[in-house]
Amino acid sequence: MKKQLKFKVNGQPYEIFVEPKKLLVEVIRDLIGLTGTKRGCNSSSCGACTVMLNGMSVKSCSVLALQANGTEVVTVEGLAKGNELSPLQKSFLDHGSFQCGFCTPGMLMSSTALLAENPKPTKLEIKEGIDGNICRCTGYNSIIRAVTAVVKGEYKEAK
Amino acid sequence: MIKDFEHFAPATLKEALALLAKYGDDCKVICGGQSLLILMRQGLVSPKYMVDIKGLTELSYIKEGKDGLKIGATTTHRAIEKSPVIKKKYPVLAEMENRLASIQTRNWGTIGGNICHGDPAGDPASVLIALNATLTVAGAKGTRSIPMEKFSLDYFEVDLKDGELLTEIQIPAPPPRTGAAYYKFNVIESDLATTSVAASVTLGSGDGVCQDVRIALGAAAPTAIRAKKAEKVLKGKKITDALLKEAGEVAATEAEPISDIYASEEYRLELVRVLVPRMTKEAMARAKKA
Repeated sequence: MKKQLKFKVNGQPYEIFVEPKKLLVEVIRDLIGLTGTKRGCNSSSCGACTVMLNGMSVKSCSVLALQANGTEVVTVEGLAKGNELSPLQKSFLDHGSFQCGFCTPGMLMSSTALLAENPKPTKLEIKEGIDGNICRCTGYNSIIRAVTAVVKGEYKEAK
Repeated sequence: MIKDFEHFAPATLKEALALLAKYGDDCKVICGGQSLLILMRQGLVSPKYMVDIKGLTELSYIKEGKDGLKIGATTTHRAIEKSPVIKKKYPVLAEMENRLASIQTRNWGTIGGNICHGDPAGDPASVLIALNATLTVAGAKGTRSIPMEKFSLDYFEVDLKDGELLTEIQIPAPPPRTGAAYYKFNVIESDLATTSVAASVTLGSGDGVCQDVRIALGAAAPTAIRAKKAEKVLKGKKITDALLKEAGEVAATEAEPISDIYASEEYRLELVRVLVPRMTKEAMARAKKA
């Protein structure tokens, strides 16, 4: 039997009826249509499906959608302000922090959650911050460089 | 594919217990679901009813008092990792949580869920055994207490009867001159343990004699186990490197690990031989500073 799910995604309120077995990633991608969040390993190993739930990073393939009832979810589509990309997004572009791009939404969400909690992380803390996200292209260094540039204040938040 | 189920989100512990009593064997408790959803996706677990206790905030707490620490079952790993009081007074718990899976998993997964999942390679069980933790389990007929070292029964099997729910973990306040240490050996940082060892040592005043010691092994048997014979080697004696080595050898005789894709049985036994002396020594060093 479907149950009501009432929550916000990127500030927009939703009231939808979902089957209890639906995972958060399925609701975000298939019902709401925000396909920026990627479904990778499906077993909470790769981190491609990372979104923020009440400000915490979670793997949306491993959260029952109904558990998001009453919460605020932010996906990669929610990072930009209008047409202005977030500092991390700009920095990822400038530092070539992706090749195939599949891990990028998850990397951005984990980095965003990291900087929200700890605005001045060390290199080790940056590595720990993205430790739940796998990238098979970049070797991580360009991602760490991009986050470091934001930490150094090289990118400003859009007004 | 996950099979359909009926979902209940009780608002109180009382409601949750009533649902468990009603549906018995046909229902499964979900909290963070970080382990359970993987099993459900593989079709290994297909409950008809799910009692979702993620929203039971009454069981999400960390309380510290004279007699020790109390952690509610729905407390997340991340809350334990970040707790100032745990970092200060029970650092081994925060260190263990810091290396448990990934940040995302720790943000949503809970300590109670982890213990009830009963994976011998899970991190909390062995640390809680070393810290002599006790669990409180609630059921329709009331509550009961059970030591952590007796809670795990077999692979993915714990001492919870139909209708019962883990509600709280209690850790006694450590006696003076007590230190604890934990290490998990694994190849990938956020992975499960290949084998892990937790140790807690209490030293006598002045003489440096080992008054008490608890050693627990993870991923070295069907459940996390206490290496009691290895403890006996050390208890009441002044610990030397030779004694530590002997304790490691003895602990390996108590372990009964499996061979799998991560490591062979022999390799895991060698890890026990190496990690038992190393962690006991580290616990001892911390006890001297405590």
